[in-house]
Formats: sequence, structure tokens, C-alpha cells
Amino acid sequence: MSRFEPWSEERTVEIVADHKGLEGPLMPILHALQEAFGHVPEEATPVLARELNLSRAEVHGVITFYHDFRHQLPGKHILKLCRAEACQSMGCEKLVERAESRLGVECGNTTPDGRVTFEAVYCLGLCATAPSAMIDGRIVGRVDANRLDQLLKEAQS
Amino acid sequence: MTLRIFVPRDAAAVACGADEVATALGAAAKKAGVQVQIVRNGSRGMLWLEPLVEIEREGVRYGFGPVAPSDVESLVKAGILQGKPVDQIKHPLSIGVVDDHPYLKRQTRLTFARCGITDPVSLEDYRAHDGYKGLERALAMKPIEIVDEVAKSGLRGRGGAGFPTGIKWKTVHDTPMGQQKYIVCNADEGDSGTFADRMIMEGDPFLLVEGMTIAGIAVGATRGYIYLRSEYPHAAIALNAAIDAAKAAGYLGSSVAGSQHAFELEVRIGAGAYVCGEETSLLESLEGRRGLVRAKPPLPAHKGLFGQPTVINNVLSLCAVPFVLAEGAKAYADYGMGRSRGTMPIQLAGNLKFGGLFETAFGITLGELVDDIGGGTLSGRPVKAVQVGGPLGAYFPRGLFDTPFDYEAFAARDGLIGHAGIVVFDETANMAKMARFAFEFCSVESCGKCTPCRIGSTRGRETMDKVMAGVDTAANLAVIEDLCNTMKFGSLCALGGFTPYPVMSALTHFPEDFGRPGKKLAEAAE
Repeated sequence: MSRFEPWSEERTVEIVADHKGLEGPLMPILHALQEAFGHVPEEATPVLARELNLSRAEVHGVITFYHDFRHQLPGKHILKLCRAEACQSMGCEKLVERAESRLGVECGNTTPDGRVTFEAVYCLGLCATAPSAMIDGRIVGRVDANRLDQLLKEAQS
Repeated sequence: MTLRIFVPRDAAAVACGADEVATALGAAAKKAGVQVQIVRNGSRGMLWLEPLVEIEREGVRYGFGPVAPSDVESLVKAGILQGKPVDQIKHPLSIGVVDDHPYLKRQTRLTFARCGITDPVSLEDYRAHDGYKGLERALAMKPIEIVDEVAKSGLRGRGGAGFPTGIKWKTVHDTPMGQQKYIVCNADEGDSGTFADRMIMEGDPFLLVEGMTIAGIAVGATRGYIYLRSEYPHAAIALNAAIDAAKAAGYLGSSVAGSQHAFELEVRIGAGAYVCGEETSLLESLEGRRGLVRAKPPLPAHKGLFGQPTVINNVLSLCAVPFVLAEGAKAYADYGMGRSRGTMPIQLAGNLKFGGLFETAFGITLGELVDDIGGGTLSGRPVKAVQVGGPLGAYFPRGLFDTPFDYEAFAARDGLIGHAGIVVFDETANMAKMARFAFEFCSVESCGKCTPCRIGSTRGRETMDKVMAGVDTAANLAVIEDLCNTMKFGSLCALGGFTPYPVMSALTHFPEDFGRPGKKLAEAAE
């Protein structure tokens, strides 16, 4: 069972309508779509263009500019490790290697069984309690090999 | 009497288990049949002690930290839930009276005065601790007088560029009335090693709301947006709670505190693009477009959000404003050195024993911050390099530790203070790798609008790969220097323009890591 609803044009139109009164509504709409569907599927592009009176190219351009917007559904769990400088100074790259070898995928990918999407994040603002991680939206500081293994176990469950 | 126990809601504390500690304390109190109120305060900024649990006795707060959920049992046994005098509570995690801690004692907290002390989402608490005094005073002044006050304080943009805030405000103030003007807060704090914006938004969100409201009144703007990065969900919650409470109490809306001024405020969430911390890219993003950097002029002050006059300031700039108004420009300007007036919330991060937030007047040296206050590396190995000012800041070796924290002093040594984040690396760091990372980061985050940044960063990364593989080192390093020169002077914004800072400083101060033994490249930093 996916935690997201399947994409539908009807729901997309509804979400657009909820935000249409805002100044510059596209970003809030894209966030809302991703929250509902887990990603912003390609099929949404022409619908958004039509509803917001934009060209498809403009909408596509925005969706693809931002790292946050997913084009495919993520795995059941999303594990992110911070790879920015402060976390590097505390050895995050070793953790990334460890996670890659345990998961069998490179950072930026989803495991073949669809359980874990493993990604980098560039700074969670937890730079004095580094290295940092985020699992399904929950933040974790002072990550070491042991704590990473716990997180991996949680992600693979 | 109900006991008050403080367990921070700050993301850094939560990431280290504060929620679990709060739950465990609540359960323990229930079991013991003791009435407690658990206040989820902001962080005091002593992040190595998080989660820092505080108890209150006759108005004095005593701390214990870092507390793990498994420590709760022993804390309860020691007597923190009983009215016991504190000197009888013996516990290894005790740090005594929190306000007397040397880390706090040595600071000058103007912006972070309330952070960690109050309940961040309680308007009542905010007001009881001098909140909204600045607005009160602003409402008794003419808008131009508010602008002058900010100008006189010497406040400079805390986002990194250091542009005088008063001049920005004056420009927007002087645009014709009767058109929509905006206040935009840049809360896209993407620099690694910085977390002051996050801390203040989570720990004292009303301060930002008040600062933006004052800005709106000063320049005649009736709408404000906080552009917050998506990596900060806890800050979003705190800000939205504060905005709702301010609205309900009449501090936001069609009549701010009963005055004729209107001000509406909204939080907007970014989507993981580092370049959106650049102000014009941020405005594009707010408008719902790709975050492509705009050429200046026109300045945002003339044509900003939706083409309207816009003040765009960093979180910390806006958060300094309530103090300036409440206590007067002079009180603020009395701190600092040279043209850097007031205080700077400095963030000590990375491989450091005592990482945290340290707000102090400009002028303190880098060495004091790293060795003395920060306590040296957590790993115990010697410090190799310190990056100041985020991913676009220079790496300084120990030899430059006498540099005072001041915009001009850092610039004179080919560095920048940026948003005042300091990341410490021990001797295991490979500076060639860090230089490569700077190029790589720039290539991933480049908005693509200008060629020096878009292409230069990619070529830079490729060339660094060759250098690191030992291929034709001298010739390839010459390419790196040339690329940096092009990027520095040819890029449209600071992303491409400042990437040469980490690269060239690494090469200049640590040539041995680049296979260039012994040769110091003083001229390369030019």
C-alpha cells in the first residue's frame, strides 16, 4: 500500500483551485501535489499549464529546476545524509560509503526492492551536531556508524 | 505549585532526542504524581549540551545536558521533580546555573536575547520579555525616522553581502507611495555551517515577525513573505504559529496594533535550490519560476517581487531591527569595530568541541572563536583549516587566526564572513578534495544563467580530478587559477563569483595537498 494517492487530473485541478488565490501560486501548488502524490508526475505538466495559463515549457522548467520535486515515486522510506562541509568535517563521507554498501545502491537511488530511497542533502542546519541525517522527515544528529546502522534497519523494514 | 521544566524544541535538540526526553520526563512526572509544565523552549545555543534540560527554582534556571532519554530515570532519582533545593541535586550531567555558564556569560546577546529563555510560540511570553517594544516605538515615529534610526545603527546585511540595511530601506521608502511594496525575508539559509536563522526562527519567531512589521511600516509595504528553505520544517511550524498568534492579537492584519498601518505576512517554502538564497533568484522563485538570477540593475528596491519595490533582507538583519528601535540606534552601534557595527550571531560548527551559537560584538579574532570558545576539535587532532562564511567562503589556516571578525578585515585577507558560519576541519581534511567539492557544489547548484558559473564550475571539477590524479599538475593548476579568475569577475552572482574563494584559499594556503610542495601562492589569491 502506497502512502500516497494515485495521480488524478481531477485532484490536480482541485489542488490548483485551492491555491489559485495566492500571489505566485506555482511553488505552493507543486509542494501540495508532491505531498498528495509523492511526486510530480509528467502528466501533471499540461494540466498545470492549462489551469495557470502558462506554457508547458514554463511549468516543466520550474518542476525540473528544483531538487525537491520528484519525477518518480520514492521508495517506502527516504533516507537522506547531509554531505555539506560541516558534516564532511565530521566524516559523513564514510557514512555515505557505508550506507551505499549496505543498501547496494549509490547515493541518489532507490533500492531495487523499492524500500529505500537514499539521497544526499546539502545542509539541514544541524552543523554543530554533525553528521546529520533525515529519515522520512525526521531529523537525526550526531550520526555515527552505529546510529546509521539503526537508521538503515529502520529504512529497510 | 507546578514545576516548570524546559526541553528545547530546536531542531538540533530534537535531532539529538529532545522529543523523547520530553516524553520520558512527562511520563516520569505522571508516575510520581507531580504536576509539571514542560516548556518547549528554543535552544540556548550550547549545542554540544543538547538536549539541555532546565529546571526552575525561584526564577533561576539550572541545566542538565546532554540528556538522553535513558538519563531521565537518574535525573528523577536525583530529585529534579521535587521541590528540593538545587544544591542537593547531584547529577553528573549538571551544568549549574545556566545563565552563569561561561559560554553564555561571554556573549552579548542582542538578537538572541530571548532565544532559549521563552516559550517561542507564546505571544504572552514574548511580550513579557520586552517583545514588541520596538514596534511600539516605531508606531510613534514617522516612517522616515524609522529608516534613519536603522541607518544610524550601522546595521549591515547579515546574509553575507554586508550592504547597509538603512540604505536599502531608504531606497524603497523613497519610491512613490500608492503602489504595492513588499518586505521579503531571505530565510533560505543554505550555507553549511550556518544555523542562526534556523535557531532564531524556531526559538524566537515573533522577533522576525516584529522586525518585518517594522520594516513594512518604515517603507510603506503592506505585504511580507518569508522565503524559508524546505530543509527547515521545524522553523516553518514555529513561524506559522507565531504569525497566527500575531494575527489573532492584532499585530498583523489591516490595522497593526490599532494603527493605520496594514501588514500581512506569509511563509513560503523553497524547494532545495541553494541558489535561491541569492536575492533575485529568490524573488523569481517566489513568483513561481525557475530560480534564475536576475541581472542588476534594476535593484529589487526598485523592481523586486512582481516588479514592485521590495526590501529583501536576511533573517538576522530583520531580527536586529526590534532592538535598534527599542533601545535606539546608538545602543546598537556602540558595539563593534570599524564599519562593522553591532553584534554578529556567529555559528561554530563542524569538528569542534563546543559547537554552537555565539553572539558577540564584531572584532573578536578567529583564533579566540576556534581555540578558546570552540575548545578546538572534537576529534582532538590539530586544526588544519577553518572555512568561514559557508560553501563560498575561504579556508583559513592557523596562520590567519589573528584575523578579527569584521567584514573588511576578512576581505583584506581574501576571505569573507558571509553569514558568520565557521566550520572547523582537523588535519585529516584533504584541501584538494575540498576545492574539488566547491566546484562540484557550484556545478550542481548553478542556475545556469551565466556561462562562467555554469561551465566554469564543471571544467573546474574536471580539472581538479586531473590534479588529484597527479596529471600534469602545474599546467592544470594554472587552468584552475585562470578559471577562478574568470568566474570571480565574470559571474552574475555570488555563487559563481565566490566559488573561487574556497578553491583559491585552499590552493594558496595548502599547496602541498595539491601536489605543489612548498610553494606558497600569495599571488594566486589576487
